[in-house]
Amino acid sequence: MEIMDFIISKYNYWIYIILMMIGFYAMIAKNNLVKKVVGMNIFQTAIILFFVSTASKKGGATIPIIQYGHGEAADIINTAQYINPLPHVLMLTAIVVMVSTFGVAIALLIIIYRKYNTLEEDEILNILKMEDGK
Amino acid sequence: MIKDSEGVIIKTVCRLITPIIQLYALYVIAHGHYSPGGGFQGGCILAASFILMVLAYDIKEVKKRMSEKLNTVLCSLGVIIFAGIGLLCLILGANYLDYGILHKILPVDPAHARSLGILGVEIGVGFTVMAVMVSIFLNIASGGKHEEEGEAS
Amino acid sequence: MRFFTLITLIMTTALLAYATVDMPDFGDPSSPASTHVSPVYIQEAYEKTATPNIVTAVLADYRSYDTLGETTVIFTAGVACMMLLRRKK
Repeated sequence: MEIMDFIISKYNYWIYIILMMIGFYAMIAKNNLVKKVVGMNIFQTAIILFFVSTASKKGGATIPIIQYGHGEAADIINTAQYINPLPHVLMLTAIVVMVSTFGVAIALLIIIYRKYNTLEEDEILNILKMEDGK
Repeated sequence: MIKDSEGVIIKTVCRLITPIIQLYALYVIAHGHYSPGGGFQGGCILAASFILMVLAYDIKEVKKRMSEKLNTVLCSLGVIIFAGIGLLCLILGANYLDYGILHKILPVDPAHARSLGILGVEIGVGFTVMAVMVSIFLNIASGGKHEEEGEAS
Repeated sequence: MRFFTLITLIMTTALLAYATVDMPDFGDPSSPASTHVSPVYIQEAYEKTATPNIVTAVLADYRSYDTLGETTVIFTAGVACMMLLRRKK
């Protein structure tokens, strides 16, 4: 069947869509701020894995490190033998950005906790509403 | 938060295994040309060895060995090494960060000059990543209190 | 879970699934990601840079500006954490 063919040949996209939706749900529906930050982390991880999965090649391709013996000149390099290195390179940068935003987000949460003494979103909004009303 | 100290077995094992972790991190940085690895990966492993010591002992012990001043200097040193190699290539006459021109001051051919330029740049990146990871961890774990007597965490 | 959250999730999933109709198959060697500049990198990286690891060669030689920007990003994150959390007594 064409629909089954379509689902089976692109199964990697479906897995990463499910992971993305789990992270997205945590970001918008949970009340605790730490859970929202963890959801953002899951979302970013799903996107990184999605990009890396577009780099694979069928037919027994191996990792992009050229195999050669010591002292030999480079043989003819067959591009179908090595997987695409470009998404791996770009995702190294994305992983570092992920770690940086996580660090700064946790630092902001520490300051929020010092000021409001709670980490639940609805309690913080109530405090802000009462301060506005005065 | 982090307790004061753990038991004797954990302290001794962590003290013995930390130099091995640091040696492995330097191996990963230096073998970035021949196996998976490079600057970012090796820098993270090097930072993990310091974080292991914080988990086994307490923060004051680690701050005696890696003070905040040294940490800040290492952060900037990595970026200076990276930008400095690019500036050196600019001074010698090629484009910015074009390592092929380094064959004029090093006794190698242009392809190996590029390889040495890549190695220098990865060392710079390793320094910065290590210092920033340790700095973020120490700041978050101690909540910003530094050089205070009394509690460690 | 709440009603609007469920509707939003279902709509986003449907939109993303509709977008995968045009994407290339898993492991296709003639996908657009693997055909324009990537075969040039695979073929020429070893003779021009004497580095067998193509990922490191591309990251630190062909795309070294991106790595410079990357190092600045993580340095800025360290500085931001320091400025947010350090308190003077």
